[in-house]
Amino acid sequence: MNTIKKHFWNEYQKEIANDNYYYERSCIRQSFFPGSETAFLKILRDELGKKIIDDQHQHTCTGIGYHSDIVQFDTTMTICARLFSLMSDNELKNFVPSCVTSFGVFTEVVETWNQFPEELEKTRKFLREATGREFKIPENIAHPSDIIYKYRKELKQKMKYQLVNHKTGKPLRVVEHTGCHYGKIFSHHAVGGAEFPQVLAGMIEEWGGEVIDYPERRHCCGFGFRQYLVMANRGYSVANTKKKFESMEEYKPDFVLTNCPGCTMFMDRWQYTIAEMEGKTYDDNGMGIPVLTYEELAGLLLGYNPWDLGLQVHQVQSESLLDKIGIAYDPADKFIGKSGKFIGIPEKPEILKVDYDG
Amino acid sequence: MDKKVLIIGGGPAGIETAYSLALQDVKVVMIEKDANVCGNIQNWEKLFPDFKDAEEVRKILSQKLNHPNIEVITNTEIKNLYPQGNLWFAKNDDERIFEANAALLATGFEVFDAKRKEELGYGIYDNVITSADFEKMYKSRKILTAEGRVPQRIAFLNCVGSRDEKVGNHYCSRVCCINAVKQAIEFKELVPDAKAYCFYMDMRMAGQFYEELYRKSQEKYGVTYIRGRTSEAAVTRDNRIQIKAEDTLSALPMKMTVDLLVLMVGIEASAGTTLLSEQNDVLGLYGFAKPLGLYSEDNMTTKPGLFLAGTCKRPLTLPETLADARSAATDIIKYLKTTK
Repeated sequence: MNTIKKHFWNEYQKEIANDNYYYERSCIRQSFFPGSETAFLKILRDELGKKIIDDQHQHTCTGIGYHSDIVQFDTTMTICARLFSLMSDNELKNFVPSCVTSFGVFTEVVETWNQFPEELEKTRKFLREATGREFKIPENIAHPSDIIYKYRKELKQKMKYQLVNHKTGKPLRVVEHTGCHYGKIFSHHAVGGAEFPQVLAGMIEEWGGEVIDYPERRHCCGFGFRQYLVMANRGYSVANTKKKFESMEEYKPDFVLTNCPGCTMFMDRWQYTIAEMEGKTYDDNGMGIPVLTYEELAGLLLGYNPWDLGLQVHQVQSESLLDKIGIAYDPADKFIGKSGKFIGIPEKPEILKVDYDG
Repeated sequence: MDKKVLIIGGGPAGIETAYSLALQDVKVVMIEKDANVCGNIQNWEKLFPDFKDAEEVRKILSQKLNHPNIEVITNTEIKNLYPQGNLWFAKNDDERIFEANAALLATGFEVFDAKRKEELGYGIYDNVITSADFEKMYKSRKILTAEGRVPQRIAFLNCVGSRDEKVGNHYCSRVCCINAVKQAIEFKELVPDAKAYCFYMDMRMAGQFYEELYRKSQEKYGVTYIRGRTSEAAVTRDNRIQIKAEDTLSALPMKMTVDLLVLMVGIEASAGTTLLSEQNDVLGLYGFAKPLGLYSEDNMTTKPGLFLAGTCKRPLTLPETLADARSAATDIIKYLKTTK
């Protein structure tokens, strides 16, 4: 395997607050990966003893609308300002947006205010007129993956499992994929910068795995907003995902780790689509390559129940990965919801295999 | 003439000015920060467009410094340059002070640090090199990959650090296009069966015989020119380099794997140029020194007695630099004759 000779990422470090966070939820992650945000809150509170507020009054950051050109930037700034005012209500100064797109939006808004103070004054006026609210700019904006990265060593001490094949003792081989809006808008807001971000690679290496450096490592996951949101463009979306999987295939990754809702969604779901369109999967046994969020991965290694983490709602099923790591799980619990009720079993696809009955 | 001139920088501009002044009986003290004189051409093997041996030019320039009116001081970096009355003073780190009736900035350029274009992988991937690295390899007439293989596919990428808003350099470095043509020919002469590609935005062949060489590189050597800028380099499993570009003539994205990627690094102001220009309020755009005017005052500055020559002002070819140096000498002599 090729190794990166010089670790450029060292030149890109950022300040990540230690404690007292205001959590801003994603508008889509709870649907796509329902256990991830809950796992993050549990890890911060129960494992790391941090204070983090999960506020019921919050709302969209407008990210998807903004990047689709259906929400104007003035509106985006005002809506972000309202979220900052909710943080101020909780007497907090450290803002933690769950979604990478939101993280990009908030950093862009704050950077705009720093560069153009008249925009800040305009936003204050708009928010005051619309809601009567005032706000303070956060002292620190960090993505949750930044916080998990910051505390990766502390978490390792509490982990029951490592990213090691428990039968062979070899490190698991992992593809990492960082969301564009994490570092490509402002590289100095990303651990490791835009080209070689370290935020996920650092977790993988610390927890025993091996990062795969493959030619299309920096290629788009396939989401890319306009590629997907405009229905006529969806062929581009699938084509990009296909390009990535074709490039990583020969390195035989055990799983893919991401920190963006769009990347997780498309690298997971499009494997089914590609299988249906071309009869092709990118692993040796036709099961697909599992795609995990960093919260799911941290939760798994900490010993959380895979079904509490929501792995059963992924398209590519994760049992092959759980077996490699040696994580115990009960197949009978897989489709029993948190309420104890049976949540139903999805249909089995024909080409992308799954190992549940139904 | 009982006058002395201080020349900061011992590259081609400094040497040529020193010699021209010495011939007119002016005493010159030339101060060079490095151990050797001749500046950046020390790193070049052959010169464009005539493939002249750079060593021959270095010899000619070095011999000029034997003139009895020229004192050469090496390993001395000037950190402070300032006027006092009608005299100019220069100080190095050891507080050694040099005094003269006029001063010339000939502090030259540095090649763009390709590591700043992270997406192109220099310093990260073994088989991404710069045009300066190519030149070093060519001294031994062996262009090889990091694994010691003879490349079968090589790509030259123009405008690395030039005409690039992202790195803050809007200007054209002027020498890279023709240098890529030269290096592609040199490579093809060594490995005739190999494929050589050159990615460009525009091939700026403005110098004499440049266009002819560009044609020859295609007709005789089969170098392929692709109009498009490479957006990203990545490594393949066998340590080759995968590059992505857009072929803007056919309006198609393209992907290519090569054995060696050569980044044609541009010209930037040297640290000394920027420092000493700033101290004397003659700092222009992009860290270069600013002349008083573009036409007949191109070697003068707003400071009486402070003159400029060569690539401390902007990117220039070697012949242009030498001509500019002789022009600077004319202005300096005019100044010395009219000043006490």
